[in-house]
Amino acid sequence: MTAPSILKGRAWVWPDDVNTDIIIPFRFKARTNDPVEMAKYAMYGFDPEFYKKVKAGDLFVAGKNFGGGSSREQAPVAIKYSNVAAVIAESFARIFYRNCFAIGLPALEVPGIAKQVKQFDEIEVNLQDWSVKTRDGSVHPALKVPEFLRGLMREGGLVEYYKRHHNFPWETLETKAVAR
Amino acid sequence: MRQDILNDDSLTFAEKIICVRADGLGKILRPGDITVLPVDLAMAQDSTGPLAIKVFGEIGVPKVWDPSKIHLVIDHSFPAPDEKVANLHHLMREFVKKTGVRLVEGSISHQHLLENHVVPGMILFGADSHTCMGGAVGAFATGIGSSEMAAVWASGKLWVKVPESIKVNLNGQLNKGVFARDIVSHFIATVGEDGGNYRSIEWKGPAVKDLSIASRACISNNSMECGCKLSIFEVDPTTQEYLRSVNRKSMYEIHAGSKASYKNEYDVNIGKIVPEVAEPGNVDKVKEVGEVEGTPIDEAFIGSSTNGRYEDLTVAAKILKGHKVKTGTRCVITPASKGVFEQAIKNGLAEIFLQSGAVFTNATCGACVGTHLGVLGENEVCISSSPRNYIGRMGAITSKIYLSSPATAAASAIEGKIADPRRYL
Repeated sequence: MTAPSILKGRAWVWPDDVNTDIIIPFRFKARTNDPVEMAKYAMYGFDPEFYKKVKAGDLFVAGKNFGGGSSREQAPVAIKYSNVAAVIAESFARIFYRNCFAIGLPALEVPGIAKQVKQFDEIEVNLQDWSVKTRDGSVHPALKVPEFLRGLMREGGLVEYYKRHHNFPWETLETKAVAR
Repeated sequence: MRQDILNDDSLTFAEKIICVRADGLGKILRPGDITVLPVDLAMAQDSTGPLAIKVFGEIGVPKVWDPSKIHLVIDHSFPAPDEKVANLHHLMREFVKKTGVRLVEGSISHQHLLENHVVPGMILFGADSHTCMGGAVGAFATGIGSSEMAAVWASGKLWVKVPESIKVNLNGQLNKGVFARDIVSHFIATVGEDGGNYRSIEWKGPAVKDLSIASRACISNNSMECGCKLSIFEVDPTTQEYLRSVNRKSMYEIHAGSKASYKNEYDVNIGKIVPEVAEPGNVDKVKEVGEVEGTPIDEAFIGSSTNGRYEDLTVAAKILKGHKVKTGTRCVITPASKGVFEQAIKNGLAEIFLQSGAVFTNATCGACVGTHLGVLGENEVCISSSPRNYIGRMGAITSKIYLSSPATAAASAIEGKIADPRRYL
């Protein structure tokens, strides 16, 4: 599945330091391998009924250090299978960020974005330009990401990428020697 | 070329190990550069392994790259507390039969790997954030997710970005009742919950020589709580003595150059650190024990990959000996590995724990992740030597977790409220 390049949706605004225990508690995520089941516990630490309230195409906007703590890929999986189309944060924790690309969930780092968006504002993510347009029409560029990662995200993550190319996106990097 | 890099005086540990190990690159890489590393050891556990197995199946590669380098560890919920977990454990055992990868059951992955496999200069990826504990003996050890783990199983390689580095100079001597855990809690409070995000931390300074491998493991493990990629103690006589005792040899002994450049440098006089307690919700909300002393608790948990080693249990036993756990308070003590468990039984620690009224469990992550053996109910309060105090981490989302050293947790178990361990030592 290739993601469309413009994503419009209403924004759920989250604070700084939303960790993966909040996004999906261990005792639920470690008891299933089914992403649809994982989605029932998305954002459980803040609101156990979040899964009833979220709508397909919604977007996440968060402060700094979104996804800190555990390496659990079930955290971005639970968000993706809640049909949240993209996560925008002022910064991401390292493993969560890698996991987003690995599973094909668009993740954009936009400094200062949390203060520009109010709960349920309609906003727009442009995956082509790698930017976010807020309700007042202003465009906020996201921090640059290496092209091989954006390609991975566009193609839907590692599984889809491998099926199409029969290699992983970094395997072609190796021969090019990417040192600056 | 490799020797030139090893001798290069301008590289940090992270820059140097990546340049040395990146296959056939022959270039000096700097922070922000991206390259590909060969993997010496890949680990997944029972809460990340099942998803990696599923993804590996979907990728559709017929065989794993090298079964001898892949470890599946059943540790988080061991033995299975319920049917759902049992089914996922079964999936792991079936995968092991099919692929020939290694299976470990009933020791926490990081401790098992440290006791048996990790050596300086190794490239270790684990599908668990606390994999960075391998930095205690100078390994490149870091956490990844399940899909990237499946890609490692398929190809034996993974991309990395060269991180910026932070240098921490430890000076002075620890006071009575103050431990490695207090040093790292103090540091996390200084830099904040994301102060080490994407970065490699190098622990240096004259006080490092006084830290045992177990204490270094505590610090490297818990450094994850500021988001780091690596947390490194370079090889020194303590490391060499340890390697001799377990009959293992270094792959590469990497030393940062004296002219290496760091994003930040910190000087810490560990003689000024007191027992530290993190308040519920965030790992960087750290207070001196005196500021939270007297807070009533329902449970004290001593264990986890951060603080469940023999050294930790010895301190807990010293404090609990001749005392009783306060009526109405539970004290759960969970060793980090089968080896630690056995040693605690052999040397009389288990007896002290049982006489005090504590529960001494098998080795597992258990209560730390709220999966079994000490789960918290609505509004319950726990003091714990585990790494995280996040909302709902150990059970109900209304429960509250304070974090401390095993000593502070043990003293608190006796009093049924947060207590200063210095009174018991």
